[in-house]
Amino acid sequence: MIERIVPAGETAGPPTSSAAAGTRLDPWLGAYAQRTHGMRASEIRALFAVANRPEVVSLAGGMPYLDGLPLDVLSDVASRVVSQRGLQALQYGSGQGDVTLREQILDVMRLEGIDAHPDDVVVTTGSQQALDLVTRIFIDPGDVVVAEAPSYVGALGVFRAYQADVVHVPIDEHGLVPAALEETLASLAATGRRVKFLYTVPNFHNPAGVSLSTERRPAVLAIARRYGVLVLEDNPYGLLGFEGEPRPAIRSMDDEGVLYLGSFSKTFAPGYRVGWVVAPHAVREKLVLASESAILCPSSASQIAISTYLSTCDWQGQIKSYRELYRERRDATISALAEHLPEASWNVPDGGFYVWVKLPDGLDSKDMLPRAVTARVAYVPGTAFYYDGGGASHMRLSYCFPTPERIREGVRRLASVVAGERELVELFGTTSSIPDSVVDAPGPDVA
Amino acid sequence: MAAASPRVVILAGGLSHERDVSLRSGRRVAEALRSVGVDVSIHDVDADLVPALTDLRPDLVWPLLHGTSGEDGSVRDVVQLLGLPLLGTGPRESRVAWSKPIAKTVVARAGLRTPDFVTLPQSLFRELGASRVLGALVSRLGLPLVVKPSRGGSALGVNLVTSADELPRAMVDCFAYSDTALIERAVIGTELAVSVIDTGSGPAALPAVEIVTDGPYDYDARYNPGRTEYFAPARLSSDLAAAVARVAVTAHEALGLTRISRTDLIVTASGDIEFLEVNVAPGMTETSLLPQAAEAAGHNLGDLYRSLVRASLAI
Repeated sequence: MIERIVPAGETAGPPTSSAAAGTRLDPWLGAYAQRTHGMRASEIRALFAVANRPEVVSLAGGMPYLDGLPLDVLSDVASRVVSQRGLQALQYGSGQGDVTLREQILDVMRLEGIDAHPDDVVVTTGSQQALDLVTRIFIDPGDVVVAEAPSYVGALGVFRAYQADVVHVPIDEHGLVPAALEETLASLAATGRRVKFLYTVPNFHNPAGVSLSTERRPAVLAIARRYGVLVLEDNPYGLLGFEGEPRPAIRSMDDEGVLYLGSFSKTFAPGYRVGWVVAPHAVREKLVLASESAILCPSSASQIAISTYLSTCDWQGQIKSYRELYRERRDATISALAEHLPEASWNVPDGGFYVWVKLPDGLDSKDMLPRAVTARVAYVPGTAFYYDGGGASHMRLSYCFPTPERIREGVRRLASVVAGERELVELFGTTSSIPDSVVDAPGPDVA
Repeated sequence: MAAASPRVVILAGGLSHERDVSLRSGRRVAEALRSVGVDVSIHDVDADLVPALTDLRPDLVWPLLHGTSGEDGSVRDVVQLLGLPLLGTGPRESRVAWSKPIAKTVVARAGLRTPDFVTLPQSLFRELGASRVLGALVSRLGLPLVVKPSRGGSALGVNLVTSADELPRAMVDCFAYSDTALIERAVIGTELAVSVIDTGSGPAALPAVEIVTDGPYDYDARYNPGRTEYFAPARLSSDLAAAVARVAVTAHEALGLTRISRTDLIVTASGDIEFLEVNVAPGMTETSLLPQAAEAAGHNLGDLYRSLVRASLAI
């Protein structure tokens, strides 16, 4: 064999690296803040790269189904925003948000029993920014946040970024378990640890799909008050219930001890990135200052577009049509699970986007994902929704985006994946993988 | 005669587990080629690909697909069926190199050292009983062992096993990515990647890149900068540097590879060079090894990739 080493200098330029010095490919490696050290993408996250391909039935992402939106009407709205209010829409606005929109937000919240003043509302870039702002003004590294087990992955990401210590409290089919909350807060108090807030998604929980029962709401609030813990109520799905009237928001029962997060992302469209937080005035002052330092002001164009939509379109009719659409998809998911995956168990959500599936014993949803991707179906492993890497026995199925036919096909594929995984686990007698804390969830643009 | 400004289509994406890595590789190579004036576009492997290639009739197709269909030769077959020139290894040779056990057998016949191994499909464990087969494995190969999918890259499904009770877990991880496992004796030593390129005057090795990690060189260590320290060129004596280059070129030639490859090796404390695997579509991302090696040799990436394009057109 003839060996030729390409001589340096055969093409232009000197060697850029020498034997003496290695490189970690990031000259700023030593400069990052401590809080970024846990920020890394896992190979599981990389697998979601295939989820948006049409061959794959994605039950992974939480993207709302927007095909039902009246795009011709919204096009007129957008046109009017520019032609009639262009100089305002394209200009900086108030850090707290457009006052007309804040008044209209009160109308939206009134559907869940909230009585507030426009001054209590801070408009944010999606409720995700509200989560960030609240965490920023309350959390020092090591402070405790109490959150449901499981919890919304995007909230856990924010808490992790601010170096909070998250303590999970179990939930059941009626939501947060008051006795478990009491026990957790008592035990934290006994060890002298200050809990800064309780984070809860009380309606059609992401990922668990359950809702905090109307009866438990005052009980949870009373426990939080007793321990001096603020409640952070995150409610993006509350108006998307399939049965009866919306449950009363926790905020409707207490305007001093609850911070309420709302959003137009699920009831209208996430592309505008408009959410809000309702807070008692002292907290609100800090939130406005924090928001101004982060983004100066929320998008004027988006706020005026949403304000115009709310004042000129049948937004409640749109929510009703979303409810019907998601109910049909929920039904398709549940019937497909019953038909194809009877050995698993799941809740039947009465609203929202998600079914939380418990796999047959011994199966690990994170280990199984590559096999699922090979079978052209995607879901989010339960590990994404726990701070400590727990949750491997569960997976989140989102029914919001695929059509009922695709959902049925996806669940059928999933059943074959589960069967293959069961055989493998029985063959080797293995248990779940060791938990770690990397991010196992897809980005926001995954179907 | 090559066109003055050849039109190149890069294939990136696909439906494999390594789709994300492939898309990143594709974008990086396209950017480098554009910077030197090459007319380049990127296409995914989807239902539009065949009509797009048929309409466009590019001068050259460069598959930067990782994983199944990209490296197993099948997409390369389709490109050739359409009568289009390909940058890189042809379908038949890709198919051989893509299978790690077959590639190891071929290079061993060419005189290279490669760690002792067995290849076992999942079905065999079912037929013979997992515990018996695993027991026999440990007796025969000893510990530590490396378990990896017989096909695939980016260290997905790869685990180092240091005790027998870790073996079942590693098998499950591996079978999540492939129905056949390659179990090989783990070799401890300096981990190296040696890229081979052929810009028209025969295959030549770029400087070896040495990989030092605080743990396994897994997906996280590969694609999240920080955990891995790279030395390019590797900290080797000139004799050893020449020897590892020779091994990579030998593997490239023995496997009949064309234009570009990357061979992963380990050099033991006693100076033995052990072949691990070869890639016909090496990663070309920001953190990948071939671009590092090329830059260590003083190449401008755009110029180097353009040289590969020109050489492929000249056939």
